[in-house]
Amino acid sequence: MGVVHGEEMVLNIGPQHPATHGVLRLQVRTDGEVVSEVTPYLGYLHRCFEKHCENVTYEQVIPFTDRCDYLASMTNNFGYVVAMEDLMDIKVNERVEHIRVIMAELQRIASHLLGLGAFGLDIGAFTPFLHMLRDRERILDLFEMTCGARLLYNYMWVGGLSHDLPVGFVESTYRFLDYFEPKIDEFVNLLVHNKIFVERTADVGRLPQDVAISYGVSGPNLRASGQKWDLRKDDPYSIYDRFEFDIPVGEGGKGSVGDCWDRFYVRVLEMKESIKILRQALSSLPKEGDVYQSLPKKIRPPIGSIYKRTESPRGDLGYYIESDGTNIPYRLKMRSPAFTALSVIDEIAAGWLLSDVLAILGSLDIVLGEIDR
Amino acid sequence: MTVDLIFDFLNQFFTSLSGNEFLLLVAILIPCVVLFGFITIYALVVIYTELKVSSFIQDKVGPMGQGVGLHAGKWGLLQPIADALKLLSKEDIIPSSANSPLFVLAPFMIFVGAFISFVALPFGDSIIIADLNIGIFYILGVGSLAVISLILAGWSSNNKWSLYGGMRSAAQIVSYEIPAGISLITVIMLAGTLNMQDIIIYQQGGIFNWILFDNPFIPVAFVIYFISALAETNRTPFDLPESESELVAGFVTEYSGMRYAFFFLSEYANMFVVSAVAATGFLGGWQSPFPNALNSPGWGVFWMMGKTFFLIFIMIWIRWTVPRLRVDQLMNVCWKVFLPIGLVNIFGVAIWTVLFGG
Repeated sequence: MGVVHGEEMVLNIGPQHPATHGVLRLQVRTDGEVVSEVTPYLGYLHRCFEKHCENVTYEQVIPFTDRCDYLASMTNNFGYVVAMEDLMDIKVNERVEHIRVIMAELQRIASHLLGLGAFGLDIGAFTPFLHMLRDRERILDLFEMTCGARLLYNYMWVGGLSHDLPVGFVESTYRFLDYFEPKIDEFVNLLVHNKIFVERTADVGRLPQDVAISYGVSGPNLRASGQKWDLRKDDPYSIYDRFEFDIPVGEGGKGSVGDCWDRFYVRVLEMKESIKILRQALSSLPKEGDVYQSLPKKIRPPIGSIYKRTESPRGDLGYYIESDGTNIPYRLKMRSPAFTALSVIDEIAAGWLLSDVLAILGSLDIVLGEIDR
Repeated sequence: MTVDLIFDFLNQFFTSLSGNEFLLLVAILIPCVVLFGFITIYALVVIYTELKVSSFIQDKVGPMGQGVGLHAGKWGLLQPIADALKLLSKEDIIPSSANSPLFVLAPFMIFVGAFISFVALPFGDSIIIADLNIGIFYILGVGSLAVISLILAGWSSNNKWSLYGGMRSAAQIVSYEIPAGISLITVIMLAGTLNMQDIIIYQQGGIFNWILFDNPFIPVAFVIYFISALAETNRTPFDLPESESELVAGFVTEYSGMRYAFFFLSEYANMFVVSAVAATGFLGGWQSPFPNALNSPGWGVFWMMGKTFFLIFIMIWIRWTVPRLRVDQLMNVCWKVFLPIGLVNIFGVAIWTVLFGG
């Protein structure tokens, strides 16, 4: 088939654009509808998170981690406190561990719901987005019940939690799970097997496994490319080694492995696995245990450094913390999974049509707060 | 209700001015004013329907008036009026780098295209403004005017997103007119006329005499026509020209206030036109679905409106359910699926008619 080449045009998608999920600027070089080059420009949401952390005490860092990946604050808290506890050699009790896992998995479902909904929105499906937000609200209600906040929780503290679980939380969570489990099939019917959705996503923006690994892509984006890599299984932290769950990987159900459809479907399956973990954690949650038991009086880690990574909904979330023995971190670096996911966009989006570029961007499920930090 | 009838009536009423050209002008203006009022009210109704149907589909309540303050009237009935007033009172902005004559012209042209299609639509057995003998052909023809104005809007805005939207819509509407026309040819073949009223009269005598059930090949033509109509009116899954998550707002990106409202109004007016043509061509127009019952002129208006609004409801339903196609897939569907099927379908209808009678 002959291709006619015309004059190329440079188009700025963003920083204010409905499909960029925040303030991202994609500079694309287009020939008609065909995009030959995608260059992301970052920094519009840069809030000097890491530099700020060098000026506040260790406990004051936690609200900053909330504001990085504002769609998965719980797991951001989780990563930081796990790193700090390793650095300070603190062991928290069973109840705290269980509550943390419950919160992290609820957060994973909430984050995936918004990510999938926004992806559908990028492709033009408005209704699934609202259905998913409706169910996400229920998770936010559970969080509000626990710590009063709906988005930025500051819930997990070094050595404990800010609040114990409220009365009725376990029952409400069970009720939510019973309600939510059949809803996943509804999403699958509405979007995953929709002919138009499959046409738009299958075989589009294929991310080969070797490219994903060489760019350091992690999380669902890497798993969709067929690599079974999940820190909850491969480098277990907290008490994840106790739970039975599978790691879904992309199998190219509608097209080839690592396409947009796989990235969507892997997240759907991950929500099911999170529900499994939640049910196990809720049933084994110890009734007794003080969530303030191992809170340190003063947070002054010994001189040294640590790099600890956890599995956030977007992938490997790493914290590098260097301590000089004072109550203020000497250096704090965050390894952001969304940043590496975005870096791969030129590799997989070049050569596709303009609409596909935005679909591919949506399928990577990026959060600008975490990319710019 | 044709212009001629009004002209005759005026001639008898104002005997002193009998035969004057001024009366002819009045006779032409009266149905135009009535039509403009009808389109405005219809648009408000269908905007409200769209809000409520989408709310039902999306599990939310939509515009509501219950509780404190009655913000949008009972059941939110005032919402579309508030929307219209908001658009009317907004600042009218013409970008400094835009080509302002063309920029101003585009919304008028698109509205004219939609408006003059209404002239040949039959609302009842005697309610039609101009009973043209080429009615269906005329509607297909003036429907294409929209393309020109969309390109005008896209080009004159001097905005890359608008340009994309304009170019996409040009390609889309021009392409989809062909399958739409081809599927209407089968109707014309069966009815043996291009006149809208005669097509309806051909379908006299209940639901089984409708053209849709005349022939096993006709439902295929109906589906092709309806999907092409979605594409011609830029509705989901073919809303590429204004796809809000890709092209910001496509060709209307730079428009605001009343000019934007005209694009909006025309979209809804076009929805009515294509639905009314489908109702006329396939679903018996103003004929009752029951033989020899409920067939008075008043019921005729009811049946015509009912069938049209049913098709509009289906359009809204589709819009809030499915995602959007990509531009190359859109073209593939048109040229590689609908066109061959439509052409084969014409032969199918013809052969069936020859073998088994019309």
